[in-house]
Amino acid sequence: MSVLARVPSVAAPTALSVGPLIGYAGGPSFTLADGPLFGLPLAEIWFGLLFFLLGTFLFLDGFDFGVGALFATREDSAEREQFLTAIGPFWDGNEVWLVVFGGTLFATFPPVYATLFSRHYLLMFAILGALILRGMAPELYEQRHDEAWRRWWGRSFVVGSLTAPFFLGVFVAHWLFGVTALVSLQGLVVGLAVVTLTIVDGAAFLRIKTRGALRDDLRTDALLALGAYLVLLVLTLGLLYASPAIRPALVSAPSIALVLLSLTFATVYALATRADRYYMAVGAAAGLVFALVAVVAVLLYPELDPVTGLTVEEAVVSTIPLNLMTIGMAILLPLIFGYFAVLYSSFSGPAEEGEGY
Amino acid sequence: MIDPVLASRVQFALTTIVHIVFPVLTMGLAPFLIYFTWKDIRTGEAIYEQLRRFWTRIFAVSFAIGTVTGIVLEFEFGTNFAAFSTTAGDLFGGPLALEGLLAFMLEATFLGIFVFGRERVGNALYMLSALAVGIGTWLSAVWILIANSWMQTPRGYELAREGGQPVVTLVDPIAAYANPRFPWMFVHMQNAAVESVALFMAGVGAYYVFRHHVWGYSIENVRFWEATLKFGLLALVVTAPLQVLHGDLYARHVFETQPQKFAAMEAVWETDSYVPEYIVAFPTDVGDLLDPKAKDIFGIGIPGGASWLASGGDPQAVIQGLEEFSGPQPPVAIVFWSFRIMVALGFWFVLLGVWGGFRWWRGDLLTDDLLHKALMLSAPLGIIAVELGWIVTEVGRQPWVIQGVMRTRDGVSPGLTGGEAALTLAGFAVVYTGIFVVHTYVLYRIIRAGPPAVGSDESSGAERADSGGGPTGAGEGGG
Repeated sequence: MSVLARVPSVAAPTALSVGPLIGYAGGPSFTLADGPLFGLPLAEIWFGLLFFLLGTFLFLDGFDFGVGALFATREDSAEREQFLTAIGPFWDGNEVWLVVFGGTLFATFPPVYATLFSRHYLLMFAILGALILRGMAPELYEQRHDEAWRRWWGRSFVVGSLTAPFFLGVFVAHWLFGVTALVSLQGLVVGLAVVTLTIVDGAAFLRIKTRGALRDDLRTDALLALGAYLVLLVLTLGLLYASPAIRPALVSAPSIALVLLSLTFATVYALATRADRYYMAVGAAAGLVFALVAVVAVLLYPELDPVTGLTVEEAVVSTIPLNLMTIGMAILLPLIFGYFAVLYSSFSGPAEEGEGY
Repeated sequence: MIDPVLASRVQFALTTIVHIVFPVLTMGLAPFLIYFTWKDIRTGEAIYEQLRRFWTRIFAVSFAIGTVTGIVLEFEFGTNFAAFSTTAGDLFGGPLALEGLLAFMLEATFLGIFVFGRERVGNALYMLSALAVGIGTWLSAVWILIANSWMQTPRGYELAREGGQPVVTLVDPIAAYANPRFPWMFVHMQNAAVESVALFMAGVGAYYVFRHHVWGYSIENVRFWEATLKFGLLALVVTAPLQVLHGDLYARHVFETQPQKFAAMEAVWETDSYVPEYIVAFPTDVGDLLDPKAKDIFGIGIPGGASWLASGGDPQAVIQGLEEFSGPQPPVAIVFWSFRIMVALGFWFVLLGVWGGFRWWRGDLLTDDLLHKALMLSAPLGIIAVELGWIVTEVGRQPWVIQGVMRTRDGVSPGLTGGEAALTLAGFAVVYTGIFVVHTYVLYRIIRAGPPAVGSDESSGAERADSGGGPTGAGEGGG
């Protein structure tokens, strides 16, 4: 292309020298183009980090999805109001983890982002539709106090909160199993597993945020959801075992360890819920979420996309942007956890009525 | 069969046009909210608490809808423009990820504290959260515009081909991201956001002030609406002239770096000097109305105006005509008219600012009924001007998705079928119309309900002395 000739490719300013910054001439100097920072295996680190981001999203926004699902079980408008107050300050921030996951996948493994999202075209739009319903509902529910308005936005909240994790589960299942069809058994089972997992997560969160009889009622919901999740987890493991391409990775040590870890977290969750150890139950829910996501990561490594066979090393961006992203992430991730610590500690304990605006 | 390229382009245009409304509102409201919060904390005056709470409600609703419509845009690069995403991932993905990490996270987490935390957290943390929300909102624009400006004037990369697919590699991040286009876009966009919100505030305030002071209706919280009108007008007086000023400089930069876009903005087909700046231009033959290349034009123009604009003061300057560029042209009529109307609106806003400022100075701001009517009608025009500006920017660089590097039609996902793309497009047409209607309706309700009642509010107490002296609290429906 003739255009290329017009573009000067000046590579000089990518050289970084630490010395001058600290007032010391010589000093170690390197350029971003030389290779991965400190010789780190950056492709592998980013592969792990991506699933960590996905897990963080599922754990935190799982609160909101779970609350949305449990919202359907409550007829009393005061109780529904309490549910919304519980997630009110948090859900905006929680949802951003999905944006970060999507952006990071784009920034670090662009061919995977592009092929995965375009291959599961209609599924991605189903996720988006569910997220639109879920995201608009709590904000709009509060805008009018009459019955019809609240009934419709309440429904929108419930439907969005159930379908968003379901379609996300289907997406991950289709990614993992390499399914290209719109509907599959694997998608159904994993989708339902993710839905029940978010209810397990959300119920534990709500037990911190509520009081009295409502809090006691939620104990039953939490345990029922856990039971359903374990059944669906076993079915998922069965489907994975039945897939010849996945079986070897499934019976490997890391996968088995993660499955055993899941069972341990499930036991802790059940005991903590029965004993009203609220924070421990949320911790166990986090363990369940991250163990499930970690299993997916283990099964996907090193072929990030089973359909195209694109490996982590092949799909990763070039050295300079990868180094830049690594520096950015190393600075920003601790900062972001700081924000969340401030947010969650500012609203610790049961939610008070009438907060907002 | 439906063309997946066309359907994808229409879908992206539709989702962007609807989405941009919400960030414009949040970016524009941010400085106002920071100021109101600061004054509320420092003075404790009821009016600032009312201003903060009222405009926070509008901010929060717009932010929630902006979030969901924004996720759609992020995903559409992968779903509909997979070839572009693969080609440009090296340069384009990073800013997008950093937008989420550096800007959106800050905004979304501290918004929780800002909206719900007044009673929970101390003044310092509350003020900090207002600042964090505002800074986060503006930083979002930084990253998005870094990504966009690279698409307009790409630099700092190398282009190679891997199996037929062009792949861009980042070689010089400073050249790529400290792009010369970026400062123009950022200043123009942020000023436009504040200007749009200023117009909106002035219009809303003018409505109630008009009903009270001109029509003589008894209006609750008149002091609040007067303050709203004044804050809006004040911001308009500052932002409107600035917008015209750097808009002119920005256009000069476009002329230097994207001459084809500039020629489309001016509808210059043949290279010429002393090119007039047409205020209006119509073909004399009705049959030529939709033909952007029609020759017999009735136009009112400033002689040498376009040349003067392009060169920065030389009416004799030569402008390259569209005929000189080989290959397809951008849809000239859309670009030409969007640019024209945007510029006209920009001057109208300056006039409004001068007019309102003059009335304020003269002391009859609250009673000039014609001014109030003009402000009311102009309330949505700022956002319309922003939309038109983006149409000039994005349509004007067509057929390129990355100027000079990749055609838009080559960026579409290779496996996408027309049926799929049409299905989601139809879905979005319905859903986004619904979103837009609901948002407008909710804004209408918030505005109609007025500011929330605050303890010992003397302004409403004076208005409604018979109601028992307590907070009036219309719409609260006490239990």
